[in-house]
Amino acid sequence: MSYNWNWGIFWEASPEGTGNYFDMLLSGARWTIVTALIAWIIALTFGALIGVARTLPSKWANGFATAYVEFFRNIPILVQLFLWYFVLPELLPRAAGMWMKQLPNAAFWTTAFGVGLYMSARVAEQVRAGINALPRGQGMAGKALGLTTAQTYRYVLLPMAFRIILPPLTSEFLNTIKNTSVGLTIGLLELTGRARSMQEFTFQVFEAFTAATLLYLLINAVVVVGMRFLEMRVAIPGHSVGK
Amino acid sequence: MFATFDFDVIWRSLPYLFFDGMRFTLMLTLLATAGGVILGTLLALMRLSSIKPLSWIAAAYSNTLRSLPLVLVIFWFYFLIPYIGQWITGASRPMAVGAFTSALVTFTLFEAAYFSEIMRAGIQSIPRGQQSAGYALGLTYWQNMRYVVLPQAFRNMLPVLLTQTIILFQDTSLVYVLSITDFLGAASKIAQRDGRLVEMYLFAAVIYFAISFALSRLVKRLQARTAIAR
Repeated sequence: MSYNWNWGIFWEASPEGTGNYFDMLLSGARWTIVTALIAWIIALTFGALIGVARTLPSKWANGFATAYVEFFRNIPILVQLFLWYFVLPELLPRAAGMWMKQLPNAAFWTTAFGVGLYMSARVAEQVRAGINALPRGQGMAGKALGLTTAQTYRYVLLPMAFRIILPPLTSEFLNTIKNTSVGLTIGLLELTGRARSMQEFTFQVFEAFTAATLLYLLINAVVVVGMRFLEMRVAIPGHSVGK
Repeated sequence: MFATFDFDVIWRSLPYLFFDGMRFTLMLTLLATAGGVILGTLLALMRLSSIKPLSWIAAAYSNTLRSLPLVLVIFWFYFLIPYIGQWITGASRPMAVGAFTSALVTFTLFEAAYFSEIMRAGIQSIPRGQQSAGYALGLTYWQNMRYVVLPQAFRNMLPVLLTQTIILFQDTSLVYVLSITDFLGAASKIAQRDGRLVEMYLFAAVIYFAISFALSRLVKRLQARTAIAR
């Protein structure tokens, strides 16, 4: 292969003037992690609400939640980011649109919210599946004990449902991390974007991408181990679920 | 809000959007699905093989690719494929590879990792006794797979395979990062040329939604049918 390898490139000063190329990639990894964490909080919050709404005995809640899930699931993530970033500010009243455009770190907030909402539809499907996996008697028992619907969900259904869906939620979290890389299209300098700019500055394509690959694998490994630990922590003794 | 909405720009660019853009997107989706399913099935067979090194290679391949963002993988292959081409053909310089070929190879290899997990589940859903019965009848391994296991595995996994194809269809929009004219790329080029971002991106969203939604409905009906049959 006629390619000039140069693994020392990571220790050379980057054109940003604040450290070497390795620091540059690390700062990208930090942006990836921060963006993914905020996106995940949004995805969990909205996903739980919409997932519960899909199981409620109300036609309106059901219809709204179904429309929500279909909307966010059937449009590619990249198109959704463009909608939030380029289209929404134009459709809002002038003042609000200007405020959105002038937001500091607009690319970061757009990616965090865009990926968060996109993933919330997937989380909602998992939450719904978790609730539906519980025996119907559990909800009825809650009602028979005089709990309100909200209390039944809070104390009976959701604690079990979330334990059931912890493994699929782990992979949804990993997907959230991976999806933040789409933010590079609107100028977010996350890990993939950083590897790409390092490649443009140095022409050392494969060193840059290898480093980014290893960093992604490392982040993945940490998440997988952390979630295993969480699964063990919250497991209910004597229950097959959540082990 | 919609007072300045310009429908005409969409109307004028329809031929470009569909004959250039959507054709690329659909071709890429169909060919990458076909390639991904074939390669994915082979990977699944390797993964389930009793020959340990084969199984390790397949596991490493699909686990690594599944932990990386598609955008990074697109960049990887975009730069790697010319060198692989050079290595295969023994040319003196990295091979020039067209945008479509590069995207097709990337998506086939990437989606194979996901299809292999689906096919693995499909193969494992067939009771082991069937394979034993096949061997007892004197079938070889490949005959067993060809006539007994794989046809059933495909049928059981068809809804999941199709759902993955819808995801692949949406994922192809990410070739945007290589400035390729797929459907989104075409919409984006017109949007930037005419300063009509609102119209073009909304239109692109509507079209992607319509296609994905219609396909996912179809899959749901198929799922209901196969569920009864079993």
